[in-house]
Amino acid sequence: MRHSKRIAVGPVQFRIGSDWPEPIAALEQLYAGYPQDEARPADATVCLFAARSWRRWVRASVHSGGDFVVPAALPLPLSMGLLAAEMGMNLQVALGWRRHMLLHASAVARDGRALIMSGESGSGKSTLAALLGEGEWRLMGDEFTLIDPVSGDALAFPRAVSLKNEAIAAVAAQVDAARLGPLMAGTPKGDIRHLIPRAAAIAAMHEPARPALLLFPRFGGAAAIEPMGEGEAFVRLTEASTNYVALGEAGFGALTRLVRETPAFGISYPDSATGIALVEQLWAETK
Amino acid sequence: MPDLVYRAAPPGALRVEPLGELTAIFDRRSMQTHLVVSPMPEILAAMGAADCDTATLAARLAESFDFDGADDVQSILAERLSELAAMGLVARA
Repeated sequence: MRHSKRIAVGPVQFRIGSDWPEPIAALEQLYAGYPQDEARPADATVCLFAARSWRRWVRASVHSGGDFVVPAALPLPLSMGLLAAEMGMNLQVALGWRRHMLLHASAVARDGRALIMSGESGSGKSTLAALLGEGEWRLMGDEFTLIDPVSGDALAFPRAVSLKNEAIAAVAAQVDAARLGPLMAGTPKGDIRHLIPRAAAIAAMHEPARPALLLFPRFGGAAAIEPMGEGEAFVRLTEASTNYVALGEAGFGALTRLVRETPAFGISYPDSATGIALVEQLWAETK
Repeated sequence: MPDLVYRAAPPGALRVEPLGELTAIFDRRSMQTHLVVSPMPEILAAMGAADCDTATLAARLAESFDFDGADDVQSILAERLSELAAMGLVARA
């Protein structure tokens, strides 16, 4: 790799290499405020390489690879190199991380207690976390939340937030433009623009938070709150964990403890403002 | 249907965690997680260490549960035991 960058996100140290300078330059802008430790060995490696050697010159197209390689990973045009890097980082963590139970969930924290939101793509978990993170909450992550199997604590993974489609305008209206990455229009995931988390969230990324509330948001429909039993929360979180099976009994123990100790609710909401109001209401009730 | 004899998992093989209406069972031998509902946890708890047929099991369960004179208890238990055996949580003795 001719160009490379090390990035620490929560407990994971990435090394990202690229055949081209542009994706690395974009990452350097997004991750400028993150702690730098060049001496620390990388936990995960992401490589952005030319699909064919001549492609670098003819029509730039990036593949992402690394410790785990998905053969069918689609090549992306160079203008989407940042998206390729993000997908590569997600892939390496989702498939390779073993120290913690990994939940496909966003999280925010307040007073050392964590609100964890799990849902499918389109549930609004990322947007809710991003908007809450602009208020009185610490953004812990928009995509992954790590659970320590020993302590039961939630650990942050505050990568640059991946805003999609309508969420871009909603968040852009509230933040300094300097905290937004370049707009990538028409990607396979729609329009994407990254948001750099607030400096305080990055500075606190190694501070664990005690899980206090589990929410399963669903965007669309009238505002509704539905209490969820331990068993259903357990089933949903096994599906939301990328490494539950690999962790064996440690994962089983961590997840049973999480659903027993943490009240869980499904929420439906027609717009972000309503979603945030439901979150604040439930948070106040769990204190 | 013959009254088949089953054997419980060896001590320590299963980690059983009740989660409300569901019970999660981690099988340390297969590393699999099973989710079951009543009466599966009660059957597993009543199996004991020795080999066990449905008549013995029905008698043990009757000490804790009121079957209300139902005459199909053994056939129901036989079905449940065959399901538990398919999951690997009990074995044919």
